[in-house]
This record gives sequence, C-alpha cells and structure tokens, in this order.
Amino acid sequence: MTDNQLLPYLPVLLQLLVAAGIGAGMVALSAIIGHRKYSRVKMQAYECGMTPTGDAQHRFSVKFYLVAMLFILFDVEAIFLIPWAVVYKDLLRKFGWFGFWEMIIYIGIVLVGLIYIWKKGVIDWNVDDAKESASGSD
Amino acid sequence: MTQNPNLNLWLIPLLPLAGAALNGLFGARFPKRMVTAIAWIFPGLAFLQALWITSKFSGLGLPYIESHGAWVQISSFTVDFGFYLDQLSLVMLLVVTGVGFLIHIYSAGYMWEEGGYYRFFAYLNLFMFFMLMLILANNYLLMFVGWEGVGLASYLLIGFYFLKHSASQAGKKAFIVNRIGDFAFLLGMFLLIKTFGAASGTEVNPVGAVNVLDFTHIFSSIAGHPEMFAIGTAGSLTLTIIAFCMMFGATGKSAQIPLYTWLPDAMEGPTPVSALIHAATMVTAGIYMVARSSIIFDHAPAAQAAVAVIGAVTAIFAASIGITQFDIKRVLAYSTVSQLGYMFMACGVAAYSAAIFHLMTHAFFKALLFLSAGAVIHSLHHEQDMRNMGGLRKKLPITFAVMLVGTIAIAGIPPFAGFFSKDEILWKAYSSPHGHWALWLIGIITALMTSFYMFRMLFMTFLGERREAAHGHEEDGHGHDHHEIHESPWVMLAPLVILAALSIVGGWYWKPAVFSGENKFDAFLSPVFEHKAEPAAHMPAGGAPQTGAVESHDETALAVPSHAAPNGAGEHGNEELEHQLAYLSVAIALMGLGLAYLLYVRRPELPARIAESLGGSYKAVYNKYYVDEAYQAAVVDPIVDGSTDVLWKGMDVGVIDGAVNGAGTSAKFLSDRLRRMQSGNIRSYAVWVALGAAAVLAYMIYMGVQ
Amino acid sequence: MNPTTNEIQSIAILPELILSVAGIVVMLADPFLGAKSNRRPLGYLALAGTVAALFATAMQRSSPGASYFRVIQVDDFSVFFHFVIIAITAVVTLSSLDYLEQQRIRAGEYYALLLFGTVGMCLMTSARELLMLFIALEISSIATYVLAGFRLRSAASAESSLKYFLLGSFATAFFLYGVALIYGATGTTNIPAIAAKLAEGSTTGLTVMALALMIVGMAFKISAAPFHVWTPDVYEGAPIPVVALMSTGPKAAAFALMLRVLFGAFGSLNEWWMPLIWVAAVLSMTLGNIGALMQNNVKRMLAYSSIAHAGYVLVAFAAQKEAGVSAAIFYTATYAAMNVGAFAVASYQAGEGERYVSIDDFAGLGRRSPVLATTLTIFMLSLIGIPLTGGFFAKFYVFKAALASDMIWLTVIGVANSAIAAYYYLRLIVVMYMKEGDESTPLLPVPVSVATGLLVAAGLTLYLGILPESTLDFAIKGARQLLLIH
Repeated sequence: MTDNQLLPYLPVLLQLLVAAGIGAGMVALSAIIGHRKYSRVKMQAYECGMTPTGDAQHRFSVKFYLVAMLFILFDVEAIFLIPWAVVYKDLLRKFGWFGFWEMIIYIGIVLVGLIYIWKKGVIDWNVDDAKESASGSD
Repeated sequence: MTQNPNLNLWLIPLLPLAGAALNGLFGARFPKRMVTAIAWIFPGLAFLQALWITSKFSGLGLPYIESHGAWVQISSFTVDFGFYLDQLSLVMLLVVTGVGFLIHIYSAGYMWEEGGYYRFFAYLNLFMFFMLMLILANNYLLMFVGWEGVGLASYLLIGFYFLKHSASQAGKKAFIVNRIGDFAFLLGMFLLIKTFGAASGTEVNPVGAVNVLDFTHIFSSIAGHPEMFAIGTAGSLTLTIIAFCMMFGATGKSAQIPLYTWLPDAMEGPTPVSALIHAATMVTAGIYMVARSSIIFDHAPAAQAAVAVIGAVTAIFAASIGITQFDIKRVLAYSTVSQLGYMFMACGVAAYSAAIFHLMTHAFFKALLFLSAGAVIHSLHHEQDMRNMGGLRKKLPITFAVMLVGTIAIAGIPPFAGFFSKDEILWKAYSSPHGHWALWLIGIITALMTSFYMFRMLFMTFLGERREAAHGHEEDGHGHDHHEIHESPWVMLAPLVILAALSIVGGWYWKPAVFSGENKFDAFLSPVFEHKAEPAAHMPAGGAPQTGAVESHDETALAVPSHAAPNGAGEHGNEELEHQLAYLSVAIALMGLGLAYLLYVRRPELPARIAESLGGSYKAVYNKYYVDEAYQAAVVDPIVDGSTDVLWKGMDVGVIDGAVNGAGTSAKFLSDRLRRMQSGNIRSYAVWVALGAAAVLAYMIYMGVQ
Repeated sequence: MNPTTNEIQSIAILPELILSVAGIVVMLADPFLGAKSNRRPLGYLALAGTVAALFATAMQRSSPGASYFRVIQVDDFSVFFHFVIIAITAVVTLSSLDYLEQQRIRAGEYYALLLFGTVGMCLMTSARELLMLFIALEISSIATYVLAGFRLRSAASAESSLKYFLLGSFATAFFLYGVALIYGATGTTNIPAIAAKLAEGSTTGLTVMALALMIVGMAFKISAAPFHVWTPDVYEGAPIPVVALMSTGPKAAAFALMLRVLFGAFGSLNEWWMPLIWVAAVLSMTLGNIGALMQNNVKRMLAYSSIAHAGYVLVAFAAQKEAGVSAAIFYTATYAAMNVGAFAVASYQAGEGERYVSIDDFAGLGRRSPVLATTLTIFMLSLIGIPLTGGFFAKFYVFKAALASDMIWLTVIGVANSAIAAYYYLRLIVVMYMKEGDESTPLLPVPVSVATGLLVAAGLTLYLGILPESTLDFAIKGARQLLLIH
C-alpha cells in the first residue's frame, strides 16, 4: 500500500488519535491529581446503588440473558423502521405500494417471532419455570 | 463400413451383467440349481455369440465399430458408448468367453458346498461383464471403466471368504495396488486427451474430431502424422511419457515389477477365481492394453525397452520365487507372474502377436493348472501345502493326467501349446530389432526354472508317498483322510478335459514359420500391429493376412527405421539359428524335468540339504526377497506413521480424546470440556486460521513488491 | 441505473420465499404442539416446502436475468446450485425424521432452521452484490451454528456448536473486512461493477488486500487447508444429519460464492489468486487424505475426506476457464449426492445417542441391513472415484480441465491423492462385508423415509456416473453464463 491511497484516511487516523488521547489523558490525569480515600462502602461492588447481596460470582437465571438478547433484537428492528420512514415518500413515488408491503411483511415476521417466543415461554417469569431452565442449562 | 452386418456386440457384455443382476438381486431366494442355470446360461450365450461372430469374421470390414451414441458429450470432447472389434479383440473375446464359460461350469462343482453360492456367481458374472467391456471398448475411457471394474470384481472375489482375515486383507491389497497402477493409466489418458484433443483445424486434428479418446482417432492421428511423432521429436517424447504411464498401469493389472505383490496374495480367493481372474483373463488386461496401444509404444522406444526389461526381470524373478514355494496355489501364482513377464517382454520387443499368442495358450494351460490344483485341494479338503500331498496319482488319475498335460504345456515341450508360443517369444526376443541376446538368455533361464518348478509341483503332489501323516498338519481329518480322497465330480472334470485338449492343440494353429512354413496366427493378427508400415492401418483390411509389410519404404519408415525387417529377407538367413534355438529350449525344458525328477522323486532328501547349504540366499528367495516387507517399511509405514504421529497424535488426540470420552455424560464433563477447550484448542485453531491469513497476506505483499 | 418496478420480479426469489414461509410456519407451529407430541408432521411440512421450492427453481429457468436492483441474478449457474442445495435439504430432512425420534429430540425448530439455512445458501448462489452475499452467508451460517448444537444431551455437540460459531465468526469477519476494503477501493459492492472497475484500473494494494481477506473467509467456509482445522471437531460433535448438510449444502453455496467472487469480481486478478488456490488445493487434498487414513470415527473420517474433496474442487478452480468452472460445479453436485447419502446411512446406523459411529461398528452391516450396506458401498465407491459412479466423472473432468490448462503437477498430485484415498473408503466396505458384526448392535429395518432419501442419493450418484451428460451440459451452461455476465 502506498501513501497516496491512505491519504484520504488521514482524518480518520487523527480522529482516532485524538479520541484515544482524550480517553487516556483523562484516566491518567485523575490517577495523578485525584484524591484517594478508601472506605468500606467504596470498596463494595457497585450494584445500581443498592446494597450488594452476595458476591460477584453469583449465578443469574438464564432468563436475564434471554431477555437482554430479545431486547436487542427488537430494538434493532425498531431502529430499522426509521430509515424506511425517512425514504418512504420516495419509495411510494417510485415503486408504489411495494415499499409499504415490504415493511408490513417485515413487521409480520417480527410479530411471528414475538408469538413464537411468547408461546415458548421465554417472557413468562414464572419462578418454577425459571428455575427449571436455569438448572437445565448448566 | 456400412456394409457390415449388425453384430450386436453390446449384447456380449450385457448378457453376463443380466446374469449378475438376476443372481445378485434375487439369488438368495432362488434354489441352487436355478442360480447355477442363470450363471451358466448368460456367459454361455455370450460365448455362443462370440463363436457366431467368429464364423462371420472373414466377411467383416475391420475394424468393426459399433456405436450406441454419445455417452458423454461436452463441447469439444465426446466419448461414445461404442464397441470395437478387430482381430485382437476377437482373440481376447474368444479366450475370455470360452475359458470364462468353462470356469463357470467348474465353479458350480467347486463352490456347491460353500455359503454365498449365488453371491459368488453374481460376482463372477459381474467380472465377465467388466472384462468384456474392457476388451470390446472402442475408446480408452470405456476401456478404463472395464479396467477399474475388473479390479473391483476381483476385489470382491478375492475377499469372498470374507470371514478369513487374510482374505479380506488380500482383497484390499489387490485393490489398492491396482489403484496405484490405475492412477498412472488415468494420467496417461489425460495426456492422450491433451495431445489428441487439440482444437479443430490443428495438425493432429484437421477435421475437428471430438472423439479424442477413440482408438481410431488416436491411431490414425499418429499414423497420419509420421513427421510429428517421429522418434526424437517432441511428439515422440509426449508419446513416450504416455507410454510410460500406460506401462505403469499395466504393471499393476498384469502383476509386473514393481506392482506384482498383490497377485500371490490374491490366491486367498476361491480357486476358480484364481483360474479365471488371476491367471486367464484379468491379469492379461495389461498385456492387452499395451498390445492395443502398440502404435504408441512403437513410437516410444524408451518405454518399449522398459517394458521388455521389466518383463524379463519379472519373469526370472518370479520364477526363482516359484521354485521355493510349498503352497500349490502360490507356485502357480508366481508362475503366472513369470509367464506374464514373458508376454510383457514380447510386447517390449514389438512382438505383439507372439505376446497375444502366449496370452491365449497361457489362458488354456494356466486355467487348466489352477482348476486341477483346485480339484486336488477340493479332494483333500482345502489342503494346499504340497508337503502334505504326494502319491495322489492313483487316487486322482484324471486330475493327474490333465495336470500333466498342463505342466508339459507350460514347460514348453512340443507339441504342446506352450512350446510354440514360448519359443516364438524367445526367438523374437533374440531376433527382433528391438530385442537383445540378454533378453533371450534371461528367457531361457526362466524356461529352465519354469520347467523345474512345475514338474517339482507335479511330482510333489502326485508321485511318491502320501506325506500327510508324517507332518500331521490336519488333526481333524487324520484318520479317514485316505478314504475320503476321491476324484472330483464330472462337472469339474469336464472343463478340465476340454482345457487339456486345448492346451495340447492350442498351439498347432500357430506353426512357426520355420517348422511348417506358415505363420497363421501372426498373419491373422498382423493387420492390427502393422500400423507403422501402413498409415491407413485402421482402414478395412478385410482380414486378409500379410497386407502390411509391403509398403515399408514410405515416409513412415523413418519413424521406426529398423522395424521393416522382421518378416522380411533378413529373417530367412536366420532360419538355421531359429531351429537351433528351438532345439535348445526343448533341451532346457527336458533338463528342468529331469532335475525335478532327480530331486523330488529319486532323491527326495536332497532338496532340503540343498536349501540348507544355500542358507541365507535360500531364505531370501523363500521369503519372496522380502519385497512385501520392504514395501511395508518404505511406503506403507511412513504414510501410516505420518498420519498417526503427525496428524493423529499431534493434532487430534489432545483435542479429541477428551471429547470422545466426555461425550454424552454429565454436566461436570461439559464444564471440564469447556474449560479445556478455552484453555487451548479453540485458540490454537484460531491461531491456525490467523496464521493462514497472515500467510495469504504475506504472499500478496510479496507479489505486490515484485 | 434507473431502477423501475419491473426490477421486482418475485420469481427471482421464489424458492427462497417458499422456503422462508415454510420455515416460519414450521417455527410457529412448533410451540402450539404439545411438549410430548410427535414433531414428524413438521418434518413433512418442511419436506413439502423443499419440494415446492424445487418446482419454483424449475420455473426460474424460463425467466433469467438480474432483478431487485441488480442484487439477485437468476441464471443457469444459480438455478443449478439451487437444485443441488434444495435437494440436499430434502434428503437431509428425510434422514432427520427418524434420526430425531431415535435421539429423542423433540424440536420443530430443527426443521425451521434447516429451511432458514437453506434460504441463506440459496441466496449465496444467486446474489451478485457483496453485501447481499454476506447477509446470505450469515443466514446460512447462524442456522448451522445452532443446528450443530442440537444434540442437547451431548457435550460434544455443544462443543461443536461453540467452536463452529467462534471460528466461523472469526472467518466471516475476514470476509467482511475484505468487502469493506474492496468498497473502499472501487466504491461499489456490486460484483459486475467491481469487475469493470478492476478491469480498467491498475491493481492497487487495497484491492489485493481485499482479495486476500475474502479468500481467507471463503477458504474457511469450504474448509480448505490451512483453514480446515475446525472441520473434524465440528463434524464429530454435530448431529449426523446436520453434518450431512454442513459438509454439502453450505459448502456448495460457498463454492458458488467463491466462483462468483473470484471469477466474477476478481477475474482480472487471476494471476494473483491462482497460486494461492494451487497451494490450497494441494494442501487440502494431501492433509485431508492423510488425515483420513487413521480415523476410527466415521464422522471424522468423512470430515477429513470432505477436506480432501474441497481440494479436488480447488483443482478445478485453478484450472480456470469454462472447463474448470464447469468441472467445479459438476463436482460440487456429485459430491453432494454421495456425501449426503453416506451420512444418511451413518445417521441411521448410529443409533440412540450416536453410539455406533466408529468404523468397527459398521462390522457386519452387510448382513444386518443389506439396503444400508449396498447404498453405502455405492457412496464409498463414488467417493473413491470408481467408474460408473458420479465420483469418477467428477474427478475425471476436474483433472482433464487441470491438464488442459497445463497444470501438470497439480494433476499428478491430485490423481495420486485420489489413489491413496481408496484405502480409507475401502476400509469401511471391508468392515461392512468382511467382518462379523457384534450382536449387541442390532438394526431395525430401514424406515421408508430413510430408504427414500438413500435411494434418491444413490440413484443420483449412479445417474451422474452413467449418464452424466445432461447435468454436465447444465453445468457448462452455468459456467458460461457466470463467465460472460461479469
């Protein structure tokens, strides 16, 4: 690779360097000029402001992960709607109802997914069930 | 060739296939007699058709080609599903169907008591199908189908006694050694495609023929461009490489050095199989292929010389092993290897008709010998060690008589068949412009050995005293053995008698020129091999003998400058010499007989003493020169070790053993697995991928710098 | 480039649509069935979907061309691979019906994932846009990652799935990186457009790096050496019908993708990638065959064998031109037929918990089940490359093409390798017929579904060996169109 080709990427590199510099600089600065006072409460694990119960090696129900994954899935799907909505007028002009039906099908598929996970009991927070699936997967 | 009648050649291979299909699919439910009938009728019909074709043969325009449309067709490459009949394939056809049919009859008696009777005949018929495809194919690809097919059928039949470990190992060995030869054949075929599949309009392919693997296309291309393929040119070099590939392929199928080791092991199969496949037919496929491709070999003197040398060395090498063996079938196996060496040598000195003639007579007497050995084994309840035989002449008089005929024939004593063909080969080895006196010398020494070990076998088996009690090998059959020895049923003896008759008269058709003035067999076959003198040899020759040799002075003469002579005037002055050499070879054969008589009938204690005095060298020969062991150490072990040590132990064991052991058990194992996995394996895999990627990138950078 | 409504021709993706709908229906139906009820009807539904998709593919032949904004290309090339891939799925579904019951896996999602994976594979063969190719690749990969872990009670299966997933993502990242770089270099991800750009301009470092990274990603997917290390482990752990799929379907699709990328996009750079393919072919054939020699587990043996066969296909790649491309296409189809068949036999023979997967467990199969033994023999002979089976012709054309391109050494190495390979395939035949079986490995009579799948596979294997012509003709047309379009 020659320099010529990489030249357009120079700003990107600069951006990277600046970002890394700011990040590193802040950590370094606070380490150097920061004021340290350790206390029992400070050394505890942080758990959303609650008093911690048990240690960090605690096992969580698999449901947490499932829900997190589902959240991301549906989140991304929702985000996907935005660009569609932005160009919708264009779509309508060029292709008629095609763009509309495409999105309906898409949402339909998402809906099918929702029905599926619902019926599978993934979002059913019945305690017994949670125990069962937690013990079944380790 | 439109005036030719329709011979329906396609029926010949398909008849045995139908038999194989019937017996293979439904044989388990058929009664034995029905299975037998099917197994006899279909090859029998094929034989009848071959006879019918023979009766029409003189009126045919040759070669007779029968095409059943394209089998494979891609833009500039077509392979027909076609058949090819000329003098050469006719001889092969008669031998294969005739001897094959007789062996089918014999097998019914031999295998009657065995399990898997129908399966045996299904395989045997299948073999006939592939063998007939091999000899009737009109192109190399179809020939290769038969070539691989006979290997497969042979594998199935050798492994027929599959409960015997050695049998299944032998079957596998035969198949794999043959595969190595096939690999060379395949390479040769690719080179043929490349050489003769040139684009339309080029010199080798002016009309844009697309049947590039057809015999006619290849042969006429070579014959039509003498200047392109003249010796010393690039064309000749290409042909030499092709010929070497084919030669190597032939050494696999025809059990020549270095690939002969499978044949003696193949004796694990039932004896009729040894007779049919490992003596009379399949092993001659290599000879047939070389003879069929004679024009290629004629333009490849280096390969031709190699064929001659390999043949000669194999002949004497195998004969020397044969002297020391005690297993009756192994003696015959090494004798087969040795006789095939003769045929190879004949091909190597461009005496193709002599090779084919010996092929034919050998098919008669070797099938006879194997089948009668089978009769002996059958009578003795599967005893194969000659040390436990002896004195069987009175118990098995007919078997003795026919085996005597076979032995005399192979030993080369006139007027039995073997004499004529062997003597012709020896004479050609001496007199042919491609020959050499050293080849003749090896041949004549081999003849001495052959005569010796064959009579040794005969005497040890039939003369003297029955020795079985002294050795006490057969514990179960101890007391009543003598009462049970009886002559085989007629279904087995009849084929033996017919083969014996053929072994006697089979050679008379030849009548070497010196003895009767007429060389009929040579004259019959010569149109097939006369291509160098006659560019249009593939054109109808009408079966008329001696059409070649006349125009030996046209431009093709420079391709093989020295070859115009053999049938010409030069030979005439050698008549005297030929006589003398013939007498010499008879004397040699008788000498072998006498020596065997002396050592094994008059002074039976001598051989052991001689063996003892020879010590190590005897042991080396007895152990077949340790070739199997050498191959094991030099070829098999390194591959297996490499596979085991490097790939198996190095890359697999650590990873896999854990998985195998832990699979399907409790969760404890899973966590253990996961821990182990993450601590090494998957990372090491990722490293492999990353290293590969780095190598690819490095290569690209290197290329970029260049 | 002025897209109009006629760009949207649903026929161009009709097989994928059918498969997707079938998959969704299967997926949705599964939770509505009782936990203990039989999932077999879902399998039949999936099977119906594949059959319908095959018909749809047949319909596609009459309407070739680019559509969907030049993202989808329907031609003989894509149609050929659609046939191959969907047929693979059909046979795998057939052999899964009884396998799942045998292993007591009650999950309709299995069939849904099979169908979704097939959608991805199909798109891989018809997409002519790198982003679409990537998405298709991911659809097929993710489905197979999950399928590999479907033997829920088996640690090896979970291991297989995880390994496949981690390494697979690693490799796809390379591919994606390559796509990004080529976009940077040419400003487009459309394959014909890339080809046009590359043909006019000089080769830059960026394009070459893109090529290298994409080759790494693709070589992983076809398990070509040295990117093959994952194959034996993954194949060993995964459920056998899934291995049947993995070793043929995604591979066929990956070969199609590779053909399109290498000959389509990077055709003008062939002197750059050719030596790489040459080396990969030699390494794959040799390592695959030598590795297979000493395996005692049939799945591992076939895994190494699949590495070797990838090598043979790469020989065809190296041979180039119409002959090489068509040989590669034909080989892929033949390999699919014989390999799916071999695994179908293995999956039924394996028994509950896949206990009987070592070569010795096949002892006496010739007696216990003549149907399984006969068909497996056909597949093994074809894998060896015996005439009258598809395997012979496939190899024949590959090496013929290689020699026509003057690749003499590659041909010699390849043919020598195919001679060695006879050993380990033959071992299985020997064991089946020539060793007495253990009485403790009983076998039920072969159910109709398995028998159907086997007959289809064996029939195709023999058909391709005895009458290869029409298929070969199809492959040649496909190759010609692939090389012409771009």
